[in-house]
Amino acid sequence: MIEISHVNKWYGPNFQVLKDCTTRVAKGEVVVVCGPSGSGKSTLIKCVNALEPFQEGQIILDGIKVNDPRTDLPKLRARVGMVFQHFELFPHLRIIENLCLAQEKVLGRSHDEAVARGEKLLERVGLTAHASKYPAELSGGQQQRVAIARALAMDPIAMLFDEPTSALDPEMISEVLDVMVDLAHEGMTMMVVTHEMGFASKVAHRVIFMDRGEIVEDALKTEFFGSPRSERAQQFLSKILSH
Amino acid sequence: MFDNLDFDVIRRSLPYLFFDGMTFTLMLTALAALGGLVFGTLIALMRLSSYKLLGRIAGLYVDFMRSLPLVLVIFWFYFLVPYIGQWLTGAPRPIRVGAFTSTLVTFIMFEAAYFSEIMRAGIQSISKGQPQAASALGLTYSQSMRYIVLPQAFRNMLPVLLTQTIVLFQDTSLVYVLSIPDFLGAASKVAQRDGRLVEMYLFAAAVYFAISCLASYGVRRLQARIAIVR
Repeated sequence: MIEISHVNKWYGPNFQVLKDCTTRVAKGEVVVVCGPSGSGKSTLIKCVNALEPFQEGQIILDGIKVNDPRTDLPKLRARVGMVFQHFELFPHLRIIENLCLAQEKVLGRSHDEAVARGEKLLERVGLTAHASKYPAELSGGQQQRVAIARALAMDPIAMLFDEPTSALDPEMISEVLDVMVDLAHEGMTMMVVTHEMGFASKVAHRVIFMDRGEIVEDALKTEFFGSPRSERAQQFLSKILSH
Repeated sequence: MFDNLDFDVIRRSLPYLFFDGMTFTLMLTALAALGGLVFGTLIALMRLSSYKLLGRIAGLYVDFMRSLPLVLVIFWFYFLVPYIGQWLTGAPRPIRVGAFTSTLVTFIMFEAAYFSEIMRAGIQSISKGQPQAASALGLTYSQSMRYIVLPQAFRNMLPVLLTQTIVLFQDTSLVYVLSIPDFLGAASKVAQRDGRLVEMYLFAAAVYFAISCLASYGVRRLQARIAIVR
């Protein structure tokens, strides 16, 4: 589904953020990307739907080359859902309008169709009562669940999560993770940048560990948590699992 | 010293001052603000575009307009437009352009430079995550601008845009250099005709003052309301 091969990316002439990154996410697979901050995890996941350009290598998404100048990027992006660290709901639109906008403008659905789909997804994330509120009236956890619903409303073939819980208060993390776990169990293809190792051990098939722009470890979940091969991954794990 | 003043001249000329003069002034203000906002937004988008050349052209335009006194632009534009029109259309004689059209075009061009700086600040005040989220949903650049970025930028900048419009309202009085009967022009005509300069200019000042004050008060009220909403 997602094939990343030999991706190199520089900011300016000297600072390399991604170094020869190669990995793949199969259909129905859940892959967790972790690593210290500044290791390039978010940059890598944003390269997948071309929110970030990269200079070398290639990424193929469902058979379409992302970094081909002839690729219709808006059309491609519409097929992959993305959830951001800071939710990025549209503050000037009501919750239901947040869910409908792209359905109508990008997929060309009628307003009634879009609303019906939006309401169904709001029900799924348990926020039906908030449909006509504005994002600022919701808690962080609720906003992030709306953001997931907004992405799902486009009927995506895969979902990208960029640190979906790092901006949340601790007591709101689980309500968001619960939605993500359900998605994973339904067989959604997911690439998730997160530090939530509980989530990783529960639903991930594979774990990718990145450090300084490199994919240091790319292993099955059991291998990764059982005995990471690299020293850096061992250190990282012992640090975040020790508390 | 007020013994020989005749304030009745104001009452007698009220219909002319307001129906002719103020109508012209308000119409010019409204249309120039609207046009300035539309073109200003386009210029702001050019300045922020990733095409360097577009940004440079827009930047030069803004700097050029802001470096000239408005009264000179009004003056020159009025006399130049007929010749520019002739040159553009290849007509044998200079094109006749009405005073209203000429001043409207001047004000739109001039205000576009100021509005563009306000809209640029407004667009930059929107976090980068917003257009990113819009793109991630499959919206194109223009859709993302139209539905996500510009509505928010406009709302954030509304008080500043309205304040600039109040300044514009006062600036429209500069068309007097073309002897156009805007509100000030009309007052000045009556003043000259009846020899009642003090009365008419005092009255004109009071009217500009009252309208601007009232509008400023309205903007402050609006600003407070927007602040609560967010």
